[in-house]
Amino acid sequence: MVSRVGIYLPIAEISVNMVVLLAMGGAVGFLSGMFGVGGGFLITPLLIFYNIPPAIAVATGANQVIASSFSGALAHFKRGSLDVKLGLVLLAGGVVGSSLGIYVFAYLRRLGQLDLIVSLLYVAFLGSIGGLMLIESVRAIRRAKRGQGATLRRPGQHNWIHRLPLKMRFRASKLFVSVIPIVGIGAIIGFLASIMGVGGGFIMVPALIYLLKVPTNVVIGTSLFQIVFVAAFTTVIHSTANQTVDIVLAFLLMVGGVAGAQYGARVGQRLRGEQLRALLALLVLAVALRLAFDLFVRPASLYSLATGGV
Amino acid sequence: MMAPLAAAIMLFLGAALAGSAFGQEAPSEDIQIGLSTDRVSITSDFAGANLTIFGAVDDIDPLISRQGGYDVIVVLEGPPRTTVVRKKTRVLGMWINTHSLVFRDVPASYSVALTRQPQDITDTANYERLALRVENVRLQPLDADGNPQTIQEFTAALRARKLAAGLYVERPGGVQFLSRSLFRATLQLAPNVPVGTHRARAFLFRNGTFVRETSAALTIRKAGIEQRIFEFAHQNGLLYGLGAVFVAILTGWVGRLVFRRD
Repeated sequence: MVSRVGIYLPIAEISVNMVVLLAMGGAVGFLSGMFGVGGGFLITPLLIFYNIPPAIAVATGANQVIASSFSGALAHFKRGSLDVKLGLVLLAGGVVGSSLGIYVFAYLRRLGQLDLIVSLLYVAFLGSIGGLMLIESVRAIRRAKRGQGATLRRPGQHNWIHRLPLKMRFRASKLFVSVIPIVGIGAIIGFLASIMGVGGGFIMVPALIYLLKVPTNVVIGTSLFQIVFVAAFTTVIHSTANQTVDIVLAFLLMVGGVAGAQYGARVGQRLRGEQLRALLALLVLAVALRLAFDLFVRPASLYSLATGGV
Repeated sequence: MMAPLAAAIMLFLGAALAGSAFGQEAPSEDIQIGLSTDRVSITSDFAGANLTIFGAVDDIDPLISRQGGYDVIVVLEGPPRTTVVRKKTRVLGMWINTHSLVFRDVPASYSVALTRQPQDITDTANYERLALRVENVRLQPLDADGNPQTIQEFTAALRARKLAAGLYVERPGGVQFLSRSLFRATLQLAPNVPVGTHRARAFLFRNGTFVRETSAALTIRKAGIEQRIFEFAHQNGLLYGLGAVFVAILTGWVGRLVFRRD
C-alpha cells in the first residue's frame, strides 16, 4: 500500500497531496530566495492549476506571503535598511486599498466573475512584467557579451511627483516628498494584495526607486515591512468577510517556502544576475500563458453551480 | 341520475388517493423506516459510502407479496440550498460566465434507491405527481417569471451538473426485501455529501399504485479537526484570521532562526 500523503484542506474542502504542496512551496520559496521576490505571484496561479478554487488560492496566498516577508523584513530591520516612517505611510494607503479590494473581491464573487478577473489580472501583470524583464535581461546579457559594464541609470533631479503638496520628511530615506504618491502606491499594492493574493513587491520596488527615488538600500526592507502588514490585514479581512483563508494549505506552503528560500538565496549568489532574471522572466511568461490558455479553451461543461449566499 | 355521479366521485377519489380508498376493503399497509442513528459523522477523508436504512411494511397482503406486487422507493434528500447556475459563453475568444439563474431550495443531494427499475414500479405520471426520482426533483427559479425557455435550459443544466457531481443518484435494486415485510435500502453518499439535515423518505407501492409514505430526519455532519477548523473559520472569522496571521509570523520567525544566514 502506498503511504498516505493526502491531507484534507478544511476550507477548500478537497483532499490534496501534502508532498506536492510542500514541494510547491519549496520551489516557489527557492525561486523567491534566488531572485529576491516574494513569490506570491507564483503561488496563487500554481494553486489554481492544482484545482484550488481561485477565491481560496488568493486569500491563502496573502496569508502565505506574511511568513516569507516577515523573515525577510526581520533581517532588514536588524540591518537598519528599513524606513519605518515611509513604511507606515505606505501602509496607511495599503489598508485603504486592501479594504476596497476585499469589497470588490466579494462583489465579483457574487457576480460569478471572480475567477475570470483574477486570471485576467494575472495574465496582464505576469505577461507585462515577464515581457519587460525578458527584454531587459536579454539586453543586459548582450551588453555583457560586448564587454560593457551595466550603465547606471541616472534619475532626473525632480519630476512632477516632487511638486505635489503635503510634503513630509523621511530621514532614513533622505527624502522630502509629498505623501500623496506614497499613499497612492500603498493603496494600489493593497488592492492587488486582496484581489490577487500577492505581496506586491514586484510593483512596489520599481515604484519606490523610479517614482519616489528612494535609495535602493532601504527599498527592499521597507517594501517587505509594508507587505507584512498589508498581507496580515488582507488575511484578517478575507477571513472575516469571505472565509476563504485555508490555514492548513497556507501552513504547508509557508514551511516549504521558508525552507526553500534559504537554499534559493545561496544558489542565487553564485549565478549571474542577468541570466537569472532571464530565467525568471521565462518562468513568469510561462505561467501567464498557461493562465491565458485556460481562458480560451472551451470548458468541459459550459454550466457551473454555486451554492450559498446570493 | 345519482348512480353515474357516485361512480364519478368514486373514480376521482380513486385517482386522488391512488387506489387506497377503493371500496371498503381499503388496504391498510403501512410503511416504516428506522434509522439506527439520527446522526452520521463522516471524517475528512470520507470517500463516499453507503448508508443503510431498514424498514418494514406492515399488514401486507400475502398474496400480493408473493406475486412481488410491493415496491419500495427510498429517497435521501439533502438540505435545501439556494443555488446559482451559471453559463459560459464565448466573449472575445474567452469563455466567460455571462448568464445565470438562481434557484431556491434546491436539494443539495438526492439519492434514490428502488426495488426494481423505475419503469417497472409505476408510471411516469405517478412519479411526477409524487415529485419522485431525479427527473422530478422540484427545481424552482427564484424569479419564476423569467423566459420559460431559459428556465428550462438552466433547470436541465442544474440537474445534469448534480448528476455529474454524483450528488443526484438513482440506484435500481438499492432496496431489497429481506423477508416478506422487512426491507433494506442502500443509499449512496457521495464523497462531497453536503452536511446538514437530510430527510429520508420511503414510498410504498402496491401493484403500481402509491400507498403510503413515511419520513425520518438524518443529520450528516463532519467530524475531526478539519471540521472544527471549518466551523471556527465560519463562526469566528476575525479570530481565525488573526490566528492565521500569527501562524504565518511564527513560521517566518522560526524559519529565520533555523535557516539564518546573516
